[in-house]
Amino acid sequence: MPAPHLRRFDASHDEPAPPRGARRSGPRGRARRRVRLGAGIAALMLVAGCGGGGADDGKITLTVDTFSTFGYEELFKQYEAQHPNIRIRHRNVVQLDDYLPRLEKWIAAGRGAGDVVAIEEGILTKFMARPDRFVNLLDHGAGSLQGNFLDWKWKQALTPDGRYLVGLGTDVGGLAMCYRTDLFAKAGLPTDREQVGKLWPTWDDYIATGRRFAAKVTDAKFVDGAVNLYNSMLAQQASQTVGHTYFDPSGKLVASSNPAVRTAWDTTLKIQQAGLSAGLKSFEPSWGTGLKEAKFATIACPSWMLGVIKENAGAAAAGKWDVAAIPGGSGSRGGSFLAVPKGTEHPKEAVELVKFLTSPQSQIAAFKARNNLPSSPQALDDPAVKSFRNEYFNNAPVGEIYASGAKALKPLYLGENTNPVNQRFEDALLAVEQGKLTPDAAWSKALGDAEREAR
Amino acid sequence: MTASTRLRRVKPALAGRLLAKRSAGRLARWDMKFSPYLFVSPYFLLFAAFGAFPMLYTLWVALHDWDLVGSRDFVGPANFRMVLSDPQFWNAVWNTAGMFVVATVPQLLLALMLANALNRRMRGQTLLRMGVLAPMVTSVAAVAIVFSQLFSRDFGLINYVLGWFGADPIDWTAERWSSWLAISVMVDWRWTGYNALIYLAAMQSIPKDLYEAAAIDGASRRRQFWTITLPMLRPTIIFTAIISTIGGFQLFTEPLLFGNGDMAGGSLRQFQTVTMYMFENAFGRFDYGYASAVSWMLFLIILVGSLLNFLWLRRVGGGAR
Repeated sequence: MPAPHLRRFDASHDEPAPPRGARRSGPRGRARRRVRLGAGIAALMLVAGCGGGGADDGKITLTVDTFSTFGYEELFKQYEAQHPNIRIRHRNVVQLDDYLPRLEKWIAAGRGAGDVVAIEEGILTKFMARPDRFVNLLDHGAGSLQGNFLDWKWKQALTPDGRYLVGLGTDVGGLAMCYRTDLFAKAGLPTDREQVGKLWPTWDDYIATGRRFAAKVTDAKFVDGAVNLYNSMLAQQASQTVGHTYFDPSGKLVASSNPAVRTAWDTTLKIQQAGLSAGLKSFEPSWGTGLKEAKFATIACPSWMLGVIKENAGAAAAGKWDVAAIPGGSGSRGGSFLAVPKGTEHPKEAVELVKFLTSPQSQIAAFKARNNLPSSPQALDDPAVKSFRNEYFNNAPVGEIYASGAKALKPLYLGENTNPVNQRFEDALLAVEQGKLTPDAAWSKALGDAEREAR
Repeated sequence: MTASTRLRRVKPALAGRLLAKRSAGRLARWDMKFSPYLFVSPYFLLFAAFGAFPMLYTLWVALHDWDLVGSRDFVGPANFRMVLSDPQFWNAVWNTAGMFVVATVPQLLLALMLANALNRRMRGQTLLRMGVLAPMVTSVAAVAIVFSQLFSRDFGLINYVLGWFGADPIDWTAERWSSWLAISVMVDWRWTGYNALIYLAAMQSIPKDLYEAAAIDGASRRRQFWTITLPMLRPTIIFTAIISTIGGFQLFTEPLLFGNGDMAGGSLRQFQTVTMYMFENAFGRFDYGYASAVSWMLFLIILVGSLLNFLWLRRVGGGAR
């Protein structure tokens, strides 16, 4: 995950849909904002109230802090029903970018955080340097749960000496390519997802398909924009090769020498220079409008992106989007963890809740609710996941598409400053799309700015 | 002898009375001297708690390599030295100053004209006067969101209208001039009415006989405006200019929302202001020491800017004093 961006979506828990996107795509948190921007900013200005739990009527209140959508609403109800002495208070911050500074403040101050907090993988690296700020889950019997998680997911939240477990994994972000069947039909391209996947085994094939598309369709572009494409491609290339993006595991900035970064950059710009990009920046309002107005035909979609698409494209586009394999093979972008900050008054109960929420059964439930791809091999193998179809996406077998490759996913190491560095790369790509910089000038600018961020 | 004894006997009482008188005098004097300070002290106490202390503490933080979660090492003036040679900081200063000029000059001129118009007798006077305040009571976020949509590249109303005249769509966030213009429009939309009301209030306190005398001497309305209204408004104009300087240099919400929450203010930082840069350092890079140094620099810039404004406007208003 290269930092996928986090965008998140809705704050209202009752809304039926989408995803949780926990991820940020790149770091910029830009969020998606349509209507929510105002709310986000307002939330940003408010210092969130206290955390912690108190017991009034003898019940223990556990506060859970999340961002985006984790799909836990039903699970909370279920847990409360099974544990009459527990009351769960859910605090959700829609945008990851608003959530991160707050979380960091809480953890630094040692108070303010909920009893359970969601940690996106981009920031986990930072907290792994100070594991003592969190309850060691190994002290509460979490060690026996190792088999419930993909090996690398488990290790991401484990200190190198294996003695301190900061969090338990929730989801991972398998990659696919979403496309609009009506625009494909208009361009004379196949619309069946199997055949579409066969159009583009490689990114070069994807570009060739894009050219075919552009020759026929003039009122829509082939892909949404450089930013989302680059973030997905970087995650894919890095996890298939060296296993890290801008920083190597020793924390050294290697943006200029990591072939995965260069490949993702070059390929993205090749697509952009071929005139296939709508030039929209993911999660900005006009990107949302672009989805709604069908201004582009394909978009790289990590599993959590499905809900984002559905929410933005709206009911009018139901059945028009479909999901095919992504060019260039599997990869993972995004994914989160649940942890218990040291400041909690109820460590035992909070850990129990974390165990419950990250159990294979709960992961299956969250997948059904928000398409958050489980990080548990049992859940990934579960028929309920494998056979899950997403009605909105033309009934695509998203369970099969995402889950089948998930176990083969390789971990990606992200350094502490990955998010700001990635933002500088996104900015440089955007400047190329705006015609302000040549690709070469943009590359040197991104590298120079990255050094400033890594300082 | 008797007299002297009597006198001696009287003395202590007299002395006591004199003493009492003297201390009452001292109390009265203290009262005169210190009570006024006591009366104004609540403001200063609050300012000490919520103004001076944070400022000094910020200075203290600025002298450290202060990572929120990590280290807090004393580094002396290193952060300030870095800020002074930081091109991203000076870029932000340039943007802020540029947007301040682009926004404030037309805004104050417009406010002046508006106030002059509102100062005439007309129907629906109160309604119109209240009306200019309407943009102010709208939340900044709402204004920024609406204007950002108006200025959107692909789906914005402004590009749509420009399209009628055959113009290509403008990518408002891509160019410095276009982003500054768009943001200045938001600022002016919000603040012109406020300044107009201040001017209007000042205009109404100008003695009417000045105008009558001028009218008798044959001065036209325009002439009256330039030779009576404007000079009499000078202190008010200085006030609004300083307030606008302070506000303009702290410009934050409009450019932030114009860039959809992008703290860097555009792909090439075309419209990042100093406060946004401070925010980016504090909450993007989590470098509190550096962010504090930036905010102190901003404080100094505002101080100097207000002073320059004050001196310049005094001189321009020149001879009247």
